[in-house]
Amino acid sequence: MNENLSTIARGSSSALATNKVLRNTYMLLSLTLLFSGLTAALSMLLKMPPMTYLISVIGGMVIAMFVLPRFANSTAGIGIVFLITGLLGFGLGPMLTMYASLPNGGNVIMLAFGGTGVIFMGLSAYALATKKDFSFLGGFLMVGFLLVLVAAVANIFMQIPAMSLMISAVVIMIMSGFILYDTSRIIHGGETNYVLATIGLYMTIFNIFISLLQILGIMGNDD
Amino acid sequence: MEWMEIISALALGMFIVVMLPAARNMVQNSPKGSSSDWVSFVVPIVMIMLFVILLIELV
Repeated sequence: MNENLSTIARGSSSALATNKVLRNTYMLLSLTLLFSGLTAALSMLLKMPPMTYLISVIGGMVIAMFVLPRFANSTAGIGIVFLITGLLGFGLGPMLTMYASLPNGGNVIMLAFGGTGVIFMGLSAYALATKKDFSFLGGFLMVGFLLVLVAAVANIFMQIPAMSLMISAVVIMIMSGFILYDTSRIIHGGETNYVLATIGLYMTIFNIFISLLQILGIMGNDD
Repeated sequence: MEWMEIISALALGMFIVVMLPAARNMVQNSPKGSSSDWVSFVVPIVMIMLFVILLIELV
């Protein structure tokens, strides 16, 4: 009997811990997205040059890969997450300025923004409602992402617009898979650090937004 | 802007190299999914693709 009670207690404490990670992740994610929006607006106001995007993304990725893991278990980790997301948001400024100057550009930006929100919320709700374990996707998504990166490197030199569209579409599919994978990892206790969970989900949202912007930007100016 | 393209390619290349060990580890340690698992992944992805097509129609 005592053993049963302790098993139930252990189960409920693990569920509580999972809910806490989930709640903290979504709270930090909301704040970082808001902060990114502010830094993107600042970058647009300052009329930053196009190279800002490249510098910000490289800087953000280097900090995310090499600095954040060392501080993920301390409060400094939260500051680093804001630094990364602020940097990535700042890098978005010149890109948004460029799209806004296109005919129908405002519409493209709003659709990409709204579309990203719908995709993220829809997939998160799906993973949370079904409670399905998507851990089997890990290897598949990682290999798919690496192949897309190789294709992206090739297309930097080949400059084929159709390939660029194809890469953006595949990135949306892979990032959608990562939303399911990351959310399921939090639900099933595979990710207990909300700082790392936040940066993972933020990156998926960032990539979906950029890819949607590219697809809608190209298709919207096809007339 | 050729130098920006070269820097982008170098950065992506570095990113691939850094991610390679993690990718290999994930491929080796990921559990195998059943056919119903894959269906539960493919269905929402198809929905997302249809949604993107809808967004393209709206532009």
